[in-house]
Amino acid sequence: MALAPEIIARLAEHLEICELEARDTTKITDDHPTMDMEDAYSVQYAIRARKIARGGRVVGLKAGLTSRAKMKQMNVSEPSYGFLADYFAVQDGGEVNCAELIHPRVEPEIAFVTKAALKGPGCHIGAVLAATDFVVPAIEIIDSRYRDFKFDLKSVVADNCSSSRFVVGGSATPIDDLDLRTLGIVLEKNGVPVAIGAGAAVLGHPAAAIAMLANMLGRRGEEIPAGTLILSGGITEAVAVEAGDAITLRIQSLGTVSVRFG
Amino acid sequence: MDNEKILYYGNELHDALTRRVMLAPLTEREPGITIEDAYRIQERMVSHRLDAGESIIGKKVGATSRAVQDLLKVNQPDFGFLLSGMVYGEGEAIPMQRLIQPFAEGEIAFLLKHDLIGPGITNVNVLRATECVMPCFEIVDSRITDWKIRIQDTVADNASCGVLVLGDHAVDPRKVDLGLTGMVIEKNGEIACTGAGAAALGHPANAVAWLANTLGRLGIPLKAGEVILSGSLGTLVKIAAGDNLRLSLGGIGRCSVRFV
Repeated sequence: MALAPEIIARLAEHLEICELEARDTTKITDDHPTMDMEDAYSVQYAIRARKIARGGRVVGLKAGLTSRAKMKQMNVSEPSYGFLADYFAVQDGGEVNCAELIHPRVEPEIAFVTKAALKGPGCHIGAVLAATDFVVPAIEIIDSRYRDFKFDLKSVVADNCSSSRFVVGGSATPIDDLDLRTLGIVLEKNGVPVAIGAGAAVLGHPAAAIAMLANMLGRRGEEIPAGTLILSGGITEAVAVEAGDAITLRIQSLGTVSVRFG
Repeated sequence: MDNEKILYYGNELHDALTRRVMLAPLTEREPGITIEDAYRIQERMVSHRLDAGESIIGKKVGATSRAVQDLLKVNQPDFGFLLSGMVYGEGEAIPMQRLIQPFAEGEIAFLLKHDLIGPGITNVNVLRATECVMPCFEIVDSRITDWKIRIQDTVADNASCGVLVLGDHAVDPRKVDLGLTGMVIEKNGEIACTGAGAAALGHPANAVAWLANTLGRLGIPLKAGEVILSGSLGTLVKIAAGDNLRLSLGGIGRCSVRFV
C-alpha cells in the first residue's frame, strides 16, 4: 500500500467522473508511479463504494486479461477482475448509446451464473463446474477511460478493468454436456464475422478464469456468492464499434446475443 | 503461357517437392502468369505423382479465410488435389525430412457419400452428399522460398499442400452446426490458436460448394468416397521436429500428430 487513503479517494473520484461523463484521461500511474497493485484494487473498490453509496447495485463480476498472450504481454501470471454495476446491463437486442461512452470495443465471452458459493484459496475448474448453474453468451462492451486505450496493469485495474456495459442472452445452458473448451464463437459486426475463436482461448478453459478469480477474491477474504453472473474474459481481441453498428455473437450450443450501437 | 513453360514449371515443382528444395516464386520469373496457367502447372505437377502410382483421394480448398485472401490479394479461394501418399494416421509420427517449411492448420474434412457435380451446388447439396465430417490436420508446405507466394505461386504448387492427418472421429454433419464448431490447436500442451467453422467462407459447407461449382465448370466432379478439406479455421501453427500437436473440434472430435 503506497498511496494515502485520500489519494485513493481522489483517484476513484477522478476515474468515476471520467466514466460518467465519457471523458478520457492519461493513465494514473503517470502521476503516481509508486502505486502498487493493492492500491489499484483499492481505487477500484472505492469506485464501487461510490456507486453503492448512490443506491447502485453490483450485479456481477468480470475477469480480464485472460489470454496467455495478454498475460505474457503484461508480465503477469494471474488475470485481473472488475465489477459489473446494475446500469452496465443492456438488454439482448437493445441499444447502447455511444454518447455515454468514450471509445467502446466489444469482446465475445462466455458468462457463468453460479448456484453455489465459490471461495478460494484452492478453487479449481472442478469446483467451478460443480457450482455453475448455467452459462450464457455475453457481449462485453469495454471502454477504457484512458486515452487511446494506453494503460499499464495497475491503471487498468484501478479503472475497473475498462468495464462499461454488457449484454447476456441466448439460452441459459447447463454445462453437463458441454465442452467449454471447444465451443466455437463467432462475433459479427454488421453481418460480417470479425472475430472467431473457441473457449480455450481463455486460459485453456473458461472455468479456469472463474477459479482464479475465486482464489484472488479469497485472498481478500471475499467469496463469490451463489447467483453471481461472471464474465469469464474475452475470447478474441476486442473489436472497435461506433454508432450505427450492429453486433451479434453466436456461440456453439449456447445461442445468440446481439446489441446495437446508437 | 505456352505449353512448354507449363510443363517446365510443373516438372520443376515436382522435382522441388521430391528433393525438398525451394524455388524462386514463379510470379517473379513469369510476371504475366495467370491463375489459369497456374492450375495447368498444378495439373502437370500432380501428374508426376499419379505416374508414380499414387491416386487422388480428394481435394482441398485453400485461401478460405479473409486474412489469407487479404494476404494473397484475392477474393476467392483456390484448390489442390489430395494424393494417397499424403495421408498419415492419427497419432502417427511425421518425419520432418519429408517437409520443407511446414505449418499446421486445423480443418473440417468432409467424406462424401455421393458425387457432387457443379455448377448449381448449394450448401444443402453438400450436407446431403456428406457421409461424415472428421477433424483434420492439414500440414501445408511450400516449395516456394520462404513462403513468398502470390496466388499463382500457391496454385501452381498444388495449393501448398503437404501432408494430412484425419482424426478418428466421424460425425454425421446433421448433428453439428459446422459454422459454429469450435477449433482448438494445442502445441506441446499450450494453446496455439483457436477458431471456428465460420472462418471457412462463413461455413465449411460453403467452401465445399464453392469447390464443387468451380471444378464443375472444369468438368471435374467431387466423387463419392473422396475427402474434401474445407479450409483452415484458424491461424497457421509453425512446427518443428519434436512438436506434438492436438486438434479439438467442438462436437466432432480430436486429431493428434507429432513430428520427428
